[in-house]
Amino acid sequence: MLSQIEGSRAVAETVALCRPQVVGAYPISPQTHIVEGLSALVKAGTLGGCEFINVESEFAAMSVAIGASAAGARAYTATASQGLLFMVEALYNAAGLGLPIVMTVANRAIGAPINIWNDHSDAMSQRDSGWIQLYAEHNQDAVDLHVQAFRLAEELSTPVMVCMDGFVLTHTYEEVAVPTQEAVDAYLPPYRPRQLLDPAEPVTIGAMVGPEAFTEVRYLAHRVQLAALTRLPALAEEFAASFGRPAGRPVRPYRTRDAETVVVALGSVLGTLKDTVDELRAEGESVGVLGITLFRPFPLDAVRAALRQARRVVILERAFAVGAGGVVTADLAPALGPGQQSYTVVAGLGGRPVTRASLRRVLADAGAGTLDPLTFLDLRRSLIAPACEGA
Amino acid sequence: MFQVRIHGRGGQGVVTAAELLSVAAFTAGRHAQAFPSFGSERTGAPIVAFCRIDTRPIRLREPVLQPDVLIVQDSTLIQRVAVFDGLPPHGYVLLNTRRPWEQLGIEELTPDRVVLVPATQLAIVHLGRPLPNAALLGGFAALSRGLVPLDAVITAIRDRFQGAVGDGNAAAAAAAYTLVRETVQEPLHA
Repeated sequence: MLSQIEGSRAVAETVALCRPQVVGAYPISPQTHIVEGLSALVKAGTLGGCEFINVESEFAAMSVAIGASAAGARAYTATASQGLLFMVEALYNAAGLGLPIVMTVANRAIGAPINIWNDHSDAMSQRDSGWIQLYAEHNQDAVDLHVQAFRLAEELSTPVMVCMDGFVLTHTYEEVAVPTQEAVDAYLPPYRPRQLLDPAEPVTIGAMVGPEAFTEVRYLAHRVQLAALTRLPALAEEFAASFGRPAGRPVRPYRTRDAETVVVALGSVLGTLKDTVDELRAEGESVGVLGITLFRPFPLDAVRAALRQARRVVILERAFAVGAGGVVTADLAPALGPGQQSYTVVAGLGGRPVTRASLRRVLADAGAGTLDPLTFLDLRRSLIAPACEGA
Repeated sequence: MFQVRIHGRGGQGVVTAAELLSVAAFTAGRHAQAFPSFGSERTGAPIVAFCRIDTRPIRLREPVLQPDVLIVQDSTLIQRVAVFDGLPPHGYVLLNTRRPWEQLGIEELTPDRVVLVPATQLAIVHLGRPLPNAALLGGFAALSRGLVPLDAVITAIRDRFQGAVGDGNAAAAAAAYTLVRETVQEPLHA
């Protein structure tokens, strides 16, 4: 049934339907409403058998999730920004130990300067951590991806991060169909751990591995990640058959089939992009959008197939690698052929709105061949001029 | 697509107003989206929230740049924040004030585009507290002429606030609805 609710509330209710047995909670904007919602559900008795643990930091939140998952519990937490960075050491351990933890990241910029608003710097800084990363386009997507994330994580025995844009999705009221308990139970079987910490049958998890086998551990981790490239599309089809709506397709092309120019993006900006593309199509422009849901593992073949016909590819980056360039651009480069021109557009950092008007300007410049290969959308030159003078 | 921008101060229920409006529009069978523009989340600081209403699903995520209706919960903002930015010629302003037009000093607009609602007074009378947001939503229902009906606004208010608080806010909304229905003759371009 559709309801008009806040994105965070919809995610909290959906996570509860996935029956986590341990939730480690530490508040940080813009994620806080999610764990607050879960704490209310646990207190109300809606989430029977779930241990809700108020921890002292994000490092502890991930450590609790690791311990719980290793002991055979379905474990969940949520964070953002500096909170994600504070748990980084534990993040790599969760992935290295193959623990199927699910975590929501309410995407937010990283300081300094301190900034609470949305971009993708936090999650993308962890692209090499070994976690699978899914990016939601809207709140229905965020809800659906969480259900799939638990299934994918547990099938592959690897952790999954569901990324949803902070404020833009977490704090937006829009219509969402929160699934029924029966539907989620039918899609997501109880967690059966691959290995278990059990005092009755003691094993060591996370022992030291020396040079003789460390490379092999990484090789196998890569293999597990690559399995998600085929497993996620299958889970997405199964989800569509069960729930009647698509979610979890690694890439989402929109009006790209005959498009000369394709804009590639992740997350909630895809909505504004699609409206912009519809406007431009009505004016006779040949443009399309390629949404990427699965960022880790990177679906290179699917991206290549979706961009095959494009003459120009504009990559909209919601994060930026200082000193190097676009983060998605670097991943996507091997998908492009010699005849394809690519542009990196850094957009919406630290919560700056990405508007139709600005997107239209960028696409007009790309079409005219006047767009810089690395462009900062709506860069306020008056602000940088004093620092740049004399340089 | 119909777009609303709400200006007010932290503590006046600006974000809640946008959320309630979206719930009311949804209840009335429309698609709706409400979101805040957080900044200084302090009591008394200027706050902006947005609401879009459409007959089709809404994908657009940019802030409301050209509002069809602007709701101003605190008239002291007019001199300090560019609240009227982007208001198109057909747009309306719903302004919470008990002062007459002549004393407001609004130079950017003509009086026929500005609907004055003594929302704080209505809230004090019906709710016992100076929270103008529910009353202004009642005024919006009158101005929107059926886009979001009063009963949908009242349902949304009662869903959020139970008991006496719900009753008081619903009564304030109904009173503002009656006032605005009497003031505004020309229907809104919805």
